[in-house]
Amino acid sequence: MTAAAITVDDTAAAPVQAPRWRKLVVRIPYVWLVVFFLIPFLIVLKISLSQTALAQPPYVPVFDLAAGWSGLVGFFTGLSFDNYRLLASDPLYVLSYVKSVEIAAFSTLILLVIGYPLAYAIAHTPRRWQAVLVLLTILPFWTSLLIRIYAWMNILQHDGPLNQVLLALGIVQAPPVWLSTETAIYIGVVYSYLPFMVLPLYASLEKMDQAVIEAAADLGAPRWKIFWLITLPLSSAGMVAGVLLCFIPIVGEFVIPDLLGGSDSPMIGQTIWMEFFGNKDWPVASAVAVILLCLLVTPIVVYQNQAMRAAAGE
Amino acid sequence: MRKVSTFNAATIVAGMAFLYLPIAILVIYSFNDSALVTVWGGWSVRWYRELLADAPLIGSALISLRLAIISATAATILGTLAALALVRFGRFRGRLLFSAMIYAPLVMPEVITGLSLLLLFVAVAADRGFWTVAIAHTTMAMCFVTIIVQSRLVDFDLSLEEAAMDLGASPLRTFSSVTLPLIFPAIAAAWMLAFALSLDDLVIASFTTGPGATTLPIRIYSEVRLGVKPEMNAVCSIMVGVVGVAVIVASLLAKLTSARGTVASQ
Repeated sequence: MTAAAITVDDTAAAPVQAPRWRKLVVRIPYVWLVVFFLIPFLIVLKISLSQTALAQPPYVPVFDLAAGWSGLVGFFTGLSFDNYRLLASDPLYVLSYVKSVEIAAFSTLILLVIGYPLAYAIAHTPRRWQAVLVLLTILPFWTSLLIRIYAWMNILQHDGPLNQVLLALGIVQAPPVWLSTETAIYIGVVYSYLPFMVLPLYASLEKMDQAVIEAAADLGAPRWKIFWLITLPLSSAGMVAGVLLCFIPIVGEFVIPDLLGGSDSPMIGQTIWMEFFGNKDWPVASAVAVILLCLLVTPIVVYQNQAMRAAAGE
Repeated sequence: MRKVSTFNAATIVAGMAFLYLPIAILVIYSFNDSALVTVWGGWSVRWYRELLADAPLIGSALISLRLAIISATAATILGTLAALALVRFGRFRGRLLFSAMIYAPLVMPEVITGLSLLLLFVAVAADRGFWTVAIAHTTMAMCFVTIIVQSRLVDFDLSLEEAAMDLGASPLRTFSSVTLPLIFPAIAAAWMLAFALSLDDLVIASFTTGPGATTLPIRIYSEVRLGVKPEMNAVCSIMVGVVGVAVIVASLLAKLTSARGTVASQ
């Protein structure tokens, strides 16, 4: 009896592992993330404050630990904000940021308008269909983004299936140009991110207490009023999650604008790519990345708080 | 049973058509005999045959497969440990930073992740190639693994572990014969997701790769940048088929094991 009581006390104090195990379980992934996630960001920040050099690596100052204190002083005095001044003064960069945020905002809005009815419809089918429909919604996300965008390159070609259908139906007289336009970027983005919008919306709609809605209907509320005053507000958590899950990555999207859009006004992901691979200007590429991160830090923190609360089971 | 309204049914049909028509068109055109991608020249497997002769492409496919298996396995181990830490250990020092580092990569634009990891590898003068991409993919995928395993652990019935330990099982034994089998469906699903993420990735791999480690997406990207090619239709169709079958099989398996898990826990 006493032995059992002691065992119960022990398990309450340490549910699974002994303290030695506990430390390792936390430390291994912790150290990995610090080394391969946190430190790389500090390096990006540092290099964005460096100057371009024709050397390997192509920037100065290089942080030299062996030089000790004088090396540290030399390092800090060598830092400069030239790259940031360049970004602010060149309208090309400013336009690139504006365009990225604009495309992300509008396409997120389109996604919400398309995704909400779809999620609502799925949540209102019989339960055994729901699992299948959810699986069908996720399935395209599992196939490579590159392949899905390539599929749209096929469809949007000058003499591709879309124009053939439009011409055959007599909707257009001459085949419109789709590829290398902003419309093509929107199509690609909405297509690729639809699962990210539908899933969180579905999750919050599916959880909803039907009794509340039935009560409102019993009390004589018309259907639009039930939707507007009950369903919509109760699914706001899903909407916020879906909007953030789409908006944040779309701002930094590279593959979609690169393959479907034109080259005249690149999105910010393309700008980073070009500075890095084309111009080999690592400090400027880093500065562009740091500003992008500053733009996204608020939505990322909001998203994190929400995700953590959701994980805690609220 | 609830009735499905006409409007809802139409929405679902339209939504599914939007999601699947582009892929269906791609697969149909991969069987097109004509070398002109927009002219229909009858059904044929000509482009699939030509793929078999394309040694560099097959080489890239093998590199990508090896990469996906290695990074998915590493990400699953690290991500599961992180999930255990987050769910089971309550408060520990640095928990806030830890969970921030878990959730941030989920939405981080890939160009930033790729650039920052490359700069790290340059800073430590690491030779870039297969292993640098493997590390990058592991880092990106482990956070997805953590989220999936975490959601399973939150629902976990702790009394099962307590029962095992009351019966004298050591913590390690409890973990391997009670905890692990019960969270296994989530771990398997997480591995699959990590595998698919690695197989898909173009941006992070482009930044962190080096000579001799051209992955399949990098090769496909360099081919399709200049336009649609019939061979690429065939490669992409094969990848769609493989992933589609794998996901359906995995979700059926997960359903079976989780059904058994629920019975066992009752």
